[in-house]
Amino acid sequence: MVTRFSRWRRHRAAGLIVVLLALGVTGSSYAAFAPDRQPDKADGRSTLIENGQKIYVLNCATCHGPNAGGTDNGPSLIGVGAAAVDFQLVTGRMPAKIPDAEQQPRLDHPVLSPAEIAAVIAWISSLGGGPAIPSPEQYDPSQGSPQEGRVLFNTNCAACHNFAAQGGALTKGKYALELMDLDPKIIAEAIRTGPGAMPEFPETILPAEQMRDIIAFLKNLEQEENPGGLGLGRLGPVAEGLFAWIVGIGILMAVAIWLAARTPKVSDE
Amino acid sequence: MNEYNAPDEHHPPTPPPGCGCAGASVPPHHPRRTDVDPRAAKRAERQVALLFALSALSTIAFIAGYTTIDKDRAAVVIPFGTVNLATFTLGLTLGLALFFVGAGAIHWARTLMTDKETIEERHPLRSSETDRHAAIEALTQSLEDSGIARRPLIRRMLIGALGLLPLSALVLLRDLGPVSTAKLRRTAWADEQLIVNENTGKPIRPADLTVGSLVFARPAGVEDLTELTKAAVLLVRLHPEDIKDQQEADWGYRGIVCFSKICTHVGCPVGLYEQQTNHALCPCHQSTFDLANGARVLFGPAARPLPQLPITVNKDGYLVARGDFAEPVGPSFFERAKASADTVVPASTSRHGR
Amino acid sequence: MGGNAISTTPKTRTAKVGGAAAEFLDERLSLGAAIRKNLRKIFPDHWSFLLGEIALYSFVVLLLSGTFLTLFFKPSMEEIVYNGAYVPLRGVRMSEAYASTLEISFDVRGGLLMRQIHHWAALIFVASIVVHLARIFFTGAFRKPRELNWLIGVGLFTLAMVEGFAGYSLPDDLLSGTGLQIARGVVWSIPGVGTSLSFFLFGGEFPGHDLIPRLYTIHILLLPALILGLIAIHLALVVRHKHTQWPGPGRTERNVVGLPLAPVYVAKAGGYFFVVFGVCALLGGLAQINPIWLFGPFRPDQVSAGSQPDWYMGFLEGLLRVFPNWEVIVGGYTLSLNVLLPALAIPGIMFTVLALYPFLEAWLTGDKREHHLLDRPRNQATRTALGVMAVTLYALTLVGGGNDIIATHFRLSIESITWAIRVLLVAAPLLAFVITRRICLSLQRRDRDTVRHGRETGIITQLPHGEFVEVHEPISTEQRYRLTAHELPRPLELETRVDGNGVVRSPTLTSRLRVALSRWYFRNQVATPTPDQHDKVPSGH
Repeated sequence: MVTRFSRWRRHRAAGLIVVLLALGVTGSSYAAFAPDRQPDKADGRSTLIENGQKIYVLNCATCHGPNAGGTDNGPSLIGVGAAAVDFQLVTGRMPAKIPDAEQQPRLDHPVLSPAEIAAVIAWISSLGGGPAIPSPEQYDPSQGSPQEGRVLFNTNCAACHNFAAQGGALTKGKYALELMDLDPKIIAEAIRTGPGAMPEFPETILPAEQMRDIIAFLKNLEQEENPGGLGLGRLGPVAEGLFAWIVGIGILMAVAIWLAARTPKVSDE
Repeated sequence: MNEYNAPDEHHPPTPPPGCGCAGASVPPHHPRRTDVDPRAAKRAERQVALLFALSALSTIAFIAGYTTIDKDRAAVVIPFGTVNLATFTLGLTLGLALFFVGAGAIHWARTLMTDKETIEERHPLRSSETDRHAAIEALTQSLEDSGIARRPLIRRMLIGALGLLPLSALVLLRDLGPVSTAKLRRTAWADEQLIVNENTGKPIRPADLTVGSLVFARPAGVEDLTELTKAAVLLVRLHPEDIKDQQEADWGYRGIVCFSKICTHVGCPVGLYEQQTNHALCPCHQSTFDLANGARVLFGPAARPLPQLPITVNKDGYLVARGDFAEPVGPSFFERAKASADTVVPASTSRHGR
Repeated sequence: MGGNAISTTPKTRTAKVGGAAAEFLDERLSLGAAIRKNLRKIFPDHWSFLLGEIALYSFVVLLLSGTFLTLFFKPSMEEIVYNGAYVPLRGVRMSEAYASTLEISFDVRGGLLMRQIHHWAALIFVASIVVHLARIFFTGAFRKPRELNWLIGVGLFTLAMVEGFAGYSLPDDLLSGTGLQIARGVVWSIPGVGTSLSFFLFGGEFPGHDLIPRLYTIHILLLPALILGLIAIHLALVVRHKHTQWPGPGRTERNVVGLPLAPVYVAKAGGYFFVVFGVCALLGGLAQINPIWLFGPFRPDQVSAGSQPDWYMGFLEGLLRVFPNWEVIVGGYTLSLNVLLPALAIPGIMFTVLALYPFLEAWLTGDKREHHLLDRPRNQATRTALGVMAVTLYALTLVGGGNDIIATHFRLSIESITWAIRVLLVAAPLLAFVITRRICLSLQRRDRDTVRHGRETGIITQLPHGEFVEVHEPISTEQRYRLTAHELPRPLELETRVDGNGVVRSPTLTSRLRVALSRWYFRNQVATPTPDQHDKVPSGH
C-alpha cells in the first residue's frame, strides 16, 4: 500500500529536503558535541610556543643551550622572565652580533620580527619565572613625577649613567649607555631585569610608582632645552674647558694678532 | 767643538759673541696709505665710525631686549638649538656692543693714529751712587736717632712683643671647628639598627633582594647629611657559594652583604655595581672593588677595601646591623691605624638564624 | 709786543671747563708731573705682549659680573624645599645656596647671562695666565730684573686656581660638591695635622653647615683682595722695569722702541679690554656652561659618572686617577701616598720648580746682567725643550683627568687608558725634550744658513756652464740683524779657588755640579754668524 511517507519520498523537493535535513543534523550535532573554542585556542598558543622554540633553536641555542640551560658562551634563560627577553630582542641586542663581546650594542631595529619576538617570549615564559613585561601604567611618564624622579635617578642611576643621562664608563671597556629617546617600556624592562652588567631593581626595591617617576624624569630631561645656549653635549667641565681654550682663547689670540699686525705701507704697493 | 759648529770650508771659525753690524738703527718710518691719502684716511674714519655705530645699535638692542623679552620665553636659534631667548639676545647684543667698541678703537689706532716708532731710554734699575749713599746715610741716621743699636733691652723686648702678637690671631681661630678625631671612628650604625631603603624609606626584608639587585640604604632615623656621609651603605645579594672571603660570608646574611658606600680613596660614593662581575666601581677615580671577595681593590688608586657592615635579621624579619663598622669608613687619615685598633670587632656568632 | 707770552685767543667752552678742572685737580694732586712722565710712555708692539692683558681684563669682567651675582646669591647650607621658577626641581629639598643659584638662573632677568659670563671669564682668566706664563718663559722675560715679577705671577696663577675652585663650589650642586668631598679626602691625607685641618676648614665633619659661607668669604673678599694687590704690584713692576722687546734694528738693552701710551695704547689696549669683555659676554649668552639645574643638589651619598672639576684643576684630577694605590703604615700611623703624592707633593714640586726657575737658570748660566731683549725660543734650545717638556706633562695630566669621558667616547677601557697615561707621563716628557731640542738646533742652523746664503727661493736656474742651482735671495739688513742679534752663551768654566792662605783648593761638589749642568744646558748651540760672513757666490750651494 502507498503510505503517506512513500508519497513524500516521491515529492519533487524530497531530495533537497533530505540534504538540508542531513546538513542540519550534522551541523547541530557537531556544534553540540564538538570540543570548545578553548581547545582551539590551546592549539593556537601551543603553536606559538612551538614556533618560539623553533626560532630559539635557530637563533639562540648556540650560546644559550638547546633547552635554554646556558653554555659557556651564554647564561641560562630559565626563569629569566618575559621582560628580559622582550628587552634584549626589541633593542636588537640579541641575537648577539659580536659573539665574544663584553657588551652587545643597542640597535635601531630589532633583528627578529615582532611575531618572532612574541613567539620566543612565549616559549621562554613557558619555562617559568622571572619578571613579566611591565604594564603600560607602570611606565607611563605622564603619570610620574619628574621631580621625585630626579632624586631617585641621582641615587640609583647617575653613578653609571651620568646626571644628564649621557652615559658613563664601566670596567674593562664596558659602558653604561646614554638614555635619550628610549621607549618607556624598554626603560622599565631594563630597570626590572638589569641587562648585562646593570643591576636589577625589582619591585621590592624600587616600587612601580618610583620607577615611573624615573621614566618621567628621563622623558622630561630629553625635551628640556638648554636655556644657556649651546649644550656642548651636556658633558660638563671637560667640554667647557676645551671650548674656552679653543674658541675663547682662540678668538682673543686672533684679535691680538690683528691688533699688533704690521699695517700695509705705501711702499708695499 | 762638535759636529754642529765645527769650522769647515763653508763656515769659518765661530766669531766672538756680539754682532757689531751695520743696519743697527731703527728703520725709517714708512707711511701707510692713510697717512698720505686723505681719501683713504676718510674711508678709515668712516669704518671706525661704523664700528662705533654698530656698538651703539647693539646697546639699544640690548635695552630693547631686556624690556620686551619675557624671561621664560624659549626660541629655536639655529645652530644653537632651543635656547632661552632673553639670555641669548642679551648676551649677543651686549657682547657685540662691547666687541665693536673695542674693534673700532683698535682699527682707529691701526689706521689713523701715529705709527712712528719712538725711542725711549731705559735707566739702569740700580740706583745711582749718590742715591745709594744718601739712602745709606738716611738709614744709618734713623737707626742712630732711634738708639735701637745701643739699647738691646728695648730691641729684645720689641721683638718679643711683636713676635707674640700674631699668636693671639692664631688662637682666635681655634673655634673654626671642633677637633674630635674620635668622631671619625664612629658612624650612626649600631647593634639592632634597622637598615632602611634609600628609595622608599622603609626597612628591608631579605626576600626583597634578588641576586643581581642593588639597593642603597641608611640607618633608620638618620636625616642629617653629615651623618649620612659616613653611614651610607650599599647592599647586594650574591650566591653564597660565590663569596670567596669567609669573613665577608660571616658578616653577611645568606649571601646578602652590606658595604660602606664611601670610597676609601678620597671619599666619593661608590655608586656603580656590575652584577655579572660583582665589581663595585667608584666613578671619581675608577677604583674597582670585588664585592665577592671582601671588597678588595682590583684596580685604581684606592688602597683599602670598602669596610663591611655586619648584618643579620631581627625578630620582625628586617635586616639590621650587628654593630658599627669595625674600622673608620671613608678615606685614610694619619691616625687611622690606631683608630682601627681601638674599635671593637662585632662577634661573628649569629643571633637570629642564618 | 712783549709782556705776557700766553696766547690771548678766545678759548672754547670745552677748553675753559677742561682747563678749570685740570687746575682744580692739579692744585690738589700734583698731576702735572705724573702726566708728563707717563702719558707718552713707550710700549713695544707685539701680539704676544697682549696675553697678560687677557688675564687682566677677564679679571675685571669677573669683578663686575661677580658683584652682580653677590646681590642675589645666598651663601647658606640651610635646607629648604624649592618652589621657584624651575619646574623640574619643585618640591625637591636643597640648600639655600643651590636654590638661590636657581633663582639667579631662572627668576632674575639677565641672571643666567651673568652667571655664564662669570664662569666663562673664569676659565679664560686661568687659561690666559697659562698662555702668558708660557710666553714669558719661552722668551726669557723672567730674567733679571723681572724674577720678582715672575714669582708674583706664579703666585697669581696659584691664587687664580684656588679662587676658581672656591667659586664654582658655591652653588652646592652635585658636581662641585663631589669636588669638595674629594678635597676633604686630600686634606685628610696630610700627615699629623690633616684631620684637625679638615675640622677647622669645614667647621666640623663634612659637609657640615659652615663650608659654603666660608668659601663665600674666601671667594668674594680674601682672595680677590690678594689677587688685586698682587696684580697692582705686578703692573707697577712692569711700568718700572719698562716692557721687554724683541731684538731688531735700533733695539738695544738700553732702550725701548715702540709707540706712545696715549693715544695708541689707550686705544689698542683699551679697545682690547672691550674685546675681551665682549667675547666673555658672547660666550655667556651663546654657550651654556655649568648648568647646575641638570646636576641636582649636592648630597654626600650621590655622585655622577663623568665627574670632572673645571679644567684648571684637571691636572690634580689626572694625577689622582693614575697614581698607584700605595699606602704605608709607619710606626702605627697611616701615610696615604696614593693621595699625598699626586695631590700635594707632586704639584708642590711642580710649582716650586716653576717659581724658582729664573734663579735656577741664572745659577746655571752665571748671568748677572739685566736683560730687556727677548730670546727667540729657538736660540735657547734647552730652556725651550724644558718648557715643552713641562707643557707635555701638564697636558697629559689633563688628559688623565678625563679618562672616563675618553673611555665612553672612544669605546676604550679605562684600565688601558690609565696604564697608557702612567707610561706616557714618564716617557712622553723625555721624548718631548729630546725632540724639541733637536728642532731648536735645526732652526738655529737654518737661521745661520739664511744669513750666510740668503733665503731659498725654490727657483732653480741653470748656470752658464750647465750646473743647476737654486737661487738664493739676499735678505734685508733688518732681517739679517734679527737673525744675528742674539749672543752665543758659553757654559761656565771650573774656577780654581785660592783660599786665604794661598793654597789652591779643588772645586766644591756644588760648583762641579753647576759646571756640569751648565755644560749640559748650553750643549751644541749653533754659532752665531756675523752678518758679513755670507758667501759672495750668489747661487748658494
